[in-house]
Amino acid sequence: MLTVPPELLQALESHGVASYPNEGAGLLLGTADGDGRKTVVDILPLANRWEADEQYHRFLLTDQDWLYGEIEAGQRGLELIGCFHSHPDHPAEPSEFDRNAAIPNFVYIITSVDKAQVTVSRAWLLKEDHSALEEEKIQVEQ
Amino acid sequence: MATIRIPTPLRPYTAGQAEVPVAGPTVGEVLGHLTTQYPNLKQHLYTEAGGLRAFVNVFVNDEDIRHLQGAETPVQEQDRLMIIPSIAGGAPLSER
Repeated sequence: MLTVPPELLQALESHGVASYPNEGAGLLLGTADGDGRKTVVDILPLANRWEADEQYHRFLLTDQDWLYGEIEAGQRGLELIGCFHSHPDHPAEPSEFDRNAAIPNFVYIITSVDKAQVTVSRAWLLKEDHSALEEEKIQVEQ
Repeated sequence: MATIRIPTPLRPYTAGQAEVPVAGPTVGEVLGHLTTQYPNLKQHLYTEAGGLRAFVNVFVNDEDIRHLQGAETPVQEQDRLMIIPSIAGGAPLSER
């Protein structure tokens, strides 16, 4: 279960719309309890670092972005719990590339942005054996 | 003894430890010892083919090993290694 305040869900979706027709991406800061429940407390919209002519279907946040996220999280007493990215004109479902690049214990919110309009955002977690990402329910509340 | 910093998502596989003391003359041997000590960590660092996963970045004293000698990068007693992921993904390939 992933809890996301409505204004943060709107903000990460807006980042996807603003990035269209390219993929937008950023980091999720928040808390995680021992039972697998995570709560997003803030987001960090970031620049997509993938090669420019491939950003319509690829995103990259670098190791420096990761460190920045960890520092920001630490300063706020939070954790780096996941990331968000958009799929322009594609469903909010993980691709094979998403699966191959995914990290365990790290939430992936994917937003489908169809013709610059948000369709839906869905959350995913990598299975332990890396065979697939399983959907996590998003609870939109403060 | 050298240490290696583990990113938060991988700490469940190192008994919750953020910094793990490690031994080995090279990065490759350090990672080998680390994954022997914590076998559940191995599949998250390495592919089935045995190479480091593409978005797993290893640093020795703030230098990416890709810019050094890769797995053969020497490790000294007081070195600090870090595993820092990149995050990547994207929609299925479509023609433009």
